[in-house]
Amino acid sequence: MTAGNLLRLGLLGLLLALVLRPDWFTPLFTPLAPAGGPVIYARSSLLSLSLSHLGLVALASVAATLVAVTLAIFVTRPVGASFLPLSRTITNIGQTFPPVAVLALAVPALGFGSGPTLVALFLYGLLPIFENAITALSTLPPATMEAARGMGLNRWQRLWRVELPLALPVILTGIRLSVVIALGTATIGSTVAARTLGEVIIAGLLTNNTAYVLQGGLIVGLFAVLIYDAMAQLERYLAARMGG
Amino acid sequence: MRFSAPGVLFAILGGAALLAPFMTLAANRIVAGDAVPIWSVVPPGQTALGLAAVLLGLALGVPAGRAGLRMVGPLIGLAGLLWLVIQGAPALLDGAGDYARVSPAAGFWCLLVIFALLMADAITALKPGPYQRALLLAAAVAALAAVLGSGVLSPLSVLQEFSARRDAFASEATRHLWLAFGSLGMAGIIGFPLGVLGHRKPALRGAILPVLSFLQTIPSLAMFGLMIPLLSWVGATVPGARSLGIAGIGFAPVFVALVLYSLLPVVGNTVAGLAATPAQALDAARGIGMTAGQRLWRVELPIGLPVILTGLRIVLVQNIGLAVIAGLIGGGGFGTFVFQGLNQTATDLILLGALPTVALALTAAIVMDILVDLTRRLPKETP
Amino acid sequence: MIEIDNITKIYDSARAVDGVSMTIDTGTITVIVGTSGSGKTTLLRLINRLEEPTSGEVRINGQSTLDVKPHILRRRIGYAIQGHGLFPHHTVARNIGAVPQLLGWSRDKIDARVDELLDLFSMAPQDFRNRYPSELSGGQQQRVGVARALASRPDLILMDEPFGALDPIIRTRAQEDLRRIQQALGSTIILVTHDMEEAIRLGDRVAVMDGGKLVQYATPADIITHPATDFVADMVGDVERPLRLLSLTPLADVIEDGHASGTPLPPDANLRDALSACLWTGRSAVPISDHGKVIGRVTLDAIRARAEVHA
Repeated sequence: MTAGNLLRLGLLGLLLALVLRPDWFTPLFTPLAPAGGPVIYARSSLLSLSLSHLGLVALASVAATLVAVTLAIFVTRPVGASFLPLSRTITNIGQTFPPVAVLALAVPALGFGSGPTLVALFLYGLLPIFENAITALSTLPPATMEAARGMGLNRWQRLWRVELPLALPVILTGIRLSVVIALGTATIGSTVAARTLGEVIIAGLLTNNTAYVLQGGLIVGLFAVLIYDAMAQLERYLAARMGG
Repeated sequence: MRFSAPGVLFAILGGAALLAPFMTLAANRIVAGDAVPIWSVVPPGQTALGLAAVLLGLALGVPAGRAGLRMVGPLIGLAGLLWLVIQGAPALLDGAGDYARVSPAAGFWCLLVIFALLMADAITALKPGPYQRALLLAAAVAALAAVLGSGVLSPLSVLQEFSARRDAFASEATRHLWLAFGSLGMAGIIGFPLGVLGHRKPALRGAILPVLSFLQTIPSLAMFGLMIPLLSWVGATVPGARSLGIAGIGFAPVFVALVLYSLLPVVGNTVAGLAATPAQALDAARGIGMTAGQRLWRVELPIGLPVILTGLRIVLVQNIGLAVIAGLIGGGGFGTFVFQGLNQTATDLILLGALPTVALALTAAIVMDILVDLTRRLPKETP
Repeated sequence: MIEIDNITKIYDSARAVDGVSMTIDTGTITVIVGTSGSGKTTLLRLINRLEEPTSGEVRINGQSTLDVKPHILRRRIGYAIQGHGLFPHHTVARNIGAVPQLLGWSRDKIDARVDELLDLFSMAPQDFRNRYPSELSGGQQQRVGVARALASRPDLILMDEPFGALDPIIRTRAQEDLRRIQQALGSTIILVTHDMEEAIRLGDRVAVMDGGKLVQYATPADIITHPATDFVADMVGDVERPLRLLSLTPLADVIEDGHASGTPLPPDANLRDALSACLWTGRSAVPISDHGKVIGRVTLDAIRARAEVHA
């Protein structure tokens, strides 16, 4: 087993322990908690918070992926070509909007709770996926495309058998960026009353309980790092298979 | 006549937005307001004028080609929106009570976004050069400043919040700029030499970049949270650290976290930019007797500058956004208003924090893009 | 005079250049020829210390190159490479003026020198001075690359496959230009190529490298007529040897009195041209004319005699 895999396994173990058996860490966190105060976050189970957090991110990311890739396919076909410059402009402008601001602006429109967080995650998540999908679909090797036409594949066959598979690694990179942003933004979502792991950190900040802050921070951080790494591995595997 | 597909789409969306509530009138700053449709914000005579401008603005986007016309359309539409709000706000507040608040509502915001996008589409089609874009930006900023400065919008709720917090707004704005630009500067001071070293020494590059991209992956709230125990420990144990303002709460943890986030784009793009020089040009530079320093300053750096500046653009936009989170841990900045507003469920206070942040990020992105373009374009002929 | 003295370069135990010694006369073109991996480029780069020798040394006019700081040494030696290596962000003028600028010449002096060089390469200064490399054709880029190597009037110029990226017609013209300019300036040129044809056409002397070793160092005629090893013979190409040999001899060397009919050739054309003209038009002799005045003829027999001498 390589050092990298050993590290991955170690971090995964740590994450599972932090989520499933938080009591094990009581001695470690006690010095950080206020004297006599609670050490381990117990207002709701860390597992349910994790699941809710990951669920929000997964739902938003899947929806964002479907919509973004569909839109990207549309604007890279002749019929949607007139939307291409506009959609580029929108992604460029949209990505300068801070995720926190998008979240905050969703509240006046949608109220508090998981709803606005989901919408904010979805809207913001669209952009990197859409951008990468457009780039990937509009910069396919011309020789390959020519060959696909020459073989007699029709438009749909070209899209499904050639364009999308070739574009997949780049689209996946977009999804990875989007997921990482969503994981972070969902954390802040707890300030608008979404049930996420940010709740633990915020509770720590409000009660000056550094033990909570560290606990929540570690769990969220580990999730993000491990998910990012897993997706990066997947991309590398796919790119290598295509000789890229 | 040929139609512009985006123009048609926007016209349809704009038509739908006209049916949505244009403004809201609330009894005070906390309660939800009553929706007011666009046709009843002001007496019919004045409405007609504003409405006509909005409709004309949407209609002018429909024909294809004619980029100039498509620039004028959104301007007319925006003027119509502004007119309706300027006329509508005092009219609605009239007799509604001392604490009454009036705000633009979904319909207004949707139309604003639609006209902004129509404008952006028209500008994109004109392919303006960097100087023209700078001019356009200056004009837009000047127009915004003139409208806000004239006080015609001050009856609006968000500006009421502003006038109640004029001093706090100024100091939080300053703090926000310090956080964003200060961390950019610090990241440059640390990251640029690291990037140059990384360019020279592949082993170092291989060691640094994964660590930095690992750091970038950590969600911001977690990173800020983790900085708190770390920096309060530093403040408590390292002599003199506290007098430098290093403590677990406030400016320091935010600043350090922002610097850490900034390092990957700075170092990564410096390495990529310096590697952009063609190998043959570099060999030639060595072959004609340039020293390592001369190669860096005269060849590698000028060629890599656009990529390096792109890194700084990413950092600046990212930090302006992330600095909002400082509001959660007492670090100041526009985030203070955002999170106060969220706590009090005061929408206008949220907007007071969020809108300037968005405007700042957008302006920073446009300015940096102009700079990148200026360095990317080959210098003009010198007469 | 450049003396390469038993120079060796070892990379990871592979001997890229293995004990090469050769002496190069001032004012000549020496062409180092070999297949890829023969060590020819490394040998060239050892001269201006782009590579440091593992052992041995190079002396220029008696002074060891190891006694000078490498970047100072390189500023005295012109350097041109395949694919030109121009700085994409600098104008043609700044590219050509790069070395004079490093040497601290005055602005006026650099400008004058740039214009002079552009003229020399038949590129109108007012048209080309302020262009960027990306705005030039391949042939123009290559000429600017060579002009840059000549800019500070170096006594020694190193060229690594300078014409490698050019198509055959432009390459021939570039070779002729180089020969003409070298003769006008009297500079010493060491040029690396994989193309034996180019070596024979340009070189006063040809050095053949194989497996890091110098296998033959001689005049082109010697290389053709007395190849030192089978490898050299292979490089020359058995079938084409007589033609290559003929291409080395100008008509002026075998001109004789007498009459011949048909289109005349100039005296600086070579025997290969004359042979070709004879065979194509079915003549047994061609007239030679200098500036419109017929000064003699070259016969097919004389050409054959030249090619057969070495049988």
